[in-house]
Amino acid sequence: MMKKQTHIMAAIVENKPGVLYNVSNMFRCRGFNIESISVGPMEPKDLARMTITVIGDEKTIEQMIKQLNKLIDVIKVSKLDPDNIVIREMALIKVHTSNARTRSDIINYANIFRARVVDVSQESLIVEVTGDSEKINAFINLVKPFGVKETARTGITALSRGVKSIRIEG
Amino acid sequence: MTKMSGAQALIEALKREKVEVIFGIIGGATLPIYDVLRDSGIRHILCRHEQCAAHAADGYARASGRVGVCMATSGPGATNLVTGIATAYMDSSPIIALTGQANRFSANTTYMIGKDAFQEADIIGITTPITKYNFQVKEASEIPKAVKLAFYIATTGRPRPVLIDLPKDIQVETAQMEFNNDVKIRGYKPTTKPHPIQVKRAVELLLMAERPVIFAGGGVLLSNAAPELLALANFLMAPVAISLMGKGCFPENHPLSLGVVGMHGSPTANKLILEADVLLAVGVRFSDRTVGTLDEFCPDAKIIHIDIDSAEIGKNVDVDIPIVADAKRTLETINQQLIQRLKKQRSSLWFDRVQKYKNQLQSLAESSSSGGYINPQKLLVELRKILPEDTIVTTEVGQNQMWAALHFKALKPRTFLSSDGLGTMGFGFPAALGAKVACPGRLVVDIAGDGSFIMTSQDLACSVMEKIPVIVIVLNNSMLGMVAQWQRFFYNRKYCAVELGNSPDFVKLAEAYGAQGFRVSSLNEFSKAVRKAMKSDITTVIDVPISPEENVFPMIPPGKGLKDMITE
Repeated sequence: MMKKQTHIMAAIVENKPGVLYNVSNMFRCRGFNIESISVGPMEPKDLARMTITVIGDEKTIEQMIKQLNKLIDVIKVSKLDPDNIVIREMALIKVHTSNARTRSDIINYANIFRARVVDVSQESLIVEVTGDSEKINAFINLVKPFGVKETARTGITALSRGVKSIRIEG
Repeated sequence: MTKMSGAQALIEALKREKVEVIFGIIGGATLPIYDVLRDSGIRHILCRHEQCAAHAADGYARASGRVGVCMATSGPGATNLVTGIATAYMDSSPIIALTGQANRFSANTTYMIGKDAFQEADIIGITTPITKYNFQVKEASEIPKAVKLAFYIATTGRPRPVLIDLPKDIQVETAQMEFNNDVKIRGYKPTTKPHPIQVKRAVELLLMAERPVIFAGGGVLLSNAAPELLALANFLMAPVAISLMGKGCFPENHPLSLGVVGMHGSPTANKLILEADVLLAVGVRFSDRTVGTLDEFCPDAKIIHIDIDSAEIGKNVDVDIPIVADAKRTLETINQQLIQRLKKQRSSLWFDRVQKYKNQLQSLAESSSSGGYINPQKLLVELRKILPEDTIVTTEVGQNQMWAALHFKALKPRTFLSSDGLGTMGFGFPAALGAKVACPGRLVVDIAGDGSFIMTSQDLACSVMEKIPVIVIVLNNSMLGMVAQWQRFFYNRKYCAVELGNSPDFVKLAEAYGAQGFRVSSLNEFSKAVRKAMKSDITTVIDVPISPEENVFPMIPPGKGLKDMITE
């Protein structure tokens, strides 16, 4: 058995209805598991970029990339080099605050994590954290004792460092 | 630019793609298309079930190498196509499926996509994993481009089905139509030209090989590379084993032919492929039914794998030299380089060994008893003697198919059509109809079993009414024979749900549809019936009672390797 690792792929796709379904359905049909997927339009607007995080051995990842490339609406697929990459994820975390003391504790933690408090109410506040997944996990673990009421995470998005970029011909 | 309706644009676009025939069944959501189709000059063949329309389009495509077109209405019409589309997908057959759909917009009713309208089904969602591409047309003006795109995608690279979903209001809507021959798809650029370095490495390896074996499959037929394959085998004196899909790509009466590899492959192919030191695999996908256990497959061989679909390379079997390209172009290039390099006569040691094996194992394949019944193996050998070389044979799925693969020698490309990937019972008969429409001057014979034929036999009506005469040979063991064989071998003979009994009477069934039927009880009667059917201008069903205990040998038990072949 080859070693299973986390891999991040970027796919440039046609920005039109049904493409996300085609991609996610292919993963399901072939028995590949998606850890996270994030999609957004790019320049030009008729293209979209998908950042797909998967866990698998080299052979499985190679098959995933080939199967992705086979989809007509997928224009280009790249496996991002884990040593040369900027990875970000954003999370919104709603934490229970029973009193002023806990509120100030959480705000302190948020400052340490360079996170922002984006909503405050009598009994809760929402913190926005951006960073790699480990940082977000660490923050959630830290505030867990206060009571995490709800979290929303965007999933990973990533770009290669430096001049290297995925280019579309024609 | 011409102003016309969506339906008119569709028919015009199909004519520009040189479509001559559509297999289909009309329905509410395709009425506007049929209104234009009736005077278009394109022949419409009215099937009796949409599954048959898809299989017939598939048979048409496999026999002719051209695109087969089928059409169904929305909802159940479209979902009935699904088995046929999946069959074509698994065997890489280029068909175009056209489906009607509920209205896109609708003023005063809810007959509209997304409102669970009458006969609405999400056929795009349903067929996504079984088409190379599918799409719903959103505007009438998109139709010419949609058809162009569909034909381009279905026929280039690895051929496979494409489905176009056509909402009814778009069929009626008029627009300025532009028919353009340019196709540009950013995400689709199939590689057809082999990489020169990979070809050079392959040639070096082949020149050094002492026991080369060529393993050829459906890709050879799809790229029309049979002549190049024959030349290569002759240059190298390399025996040729084929996958089931490859039947017809190499003449099976050639001294270098080993026959089919796999679970019910020929003993010669299964034994000799394991001895190879270099395996040249071309247009195959190393399916589970072919290779058995992966780690025991060709343990000593360096493997060269040529395929136009890069995802097939390394998917099942690890290879030493991958070549992503068209089979014909690659074999041409390899041949050119081999001619220059092959100076001295190749040693005949391997060739002699192959011949010795073939003679030894031939007798093994032919010995089988049938307890007073007609022996299906002998029947198929006899049938080969009667039928002209260019006869197109289709099969159903199960024992009939495996006997045909083993004992009916295919001699020419595109003369043996079988549902090998999906294993669709009921494929053979409608595929035979499609093949006959594509090649009206040739004989078309469906080698069937009783269990399979019953699944699509209602299209006897289509065959009679549309005057598409074919011959159906029902190897009738009153059993779902292949499953019964598995129950005999692996479930202590405890039969369950495999006994079909004597219903229907296939002779009377044929006659009820206006076809002719014969029942035969000896090989002599069988030959006479076939000769009579060959002269007939209506479809003939020949019912051949065979023993319910008849097995297909050799056999590799599931989960075992080629070396674990059981021969009796």
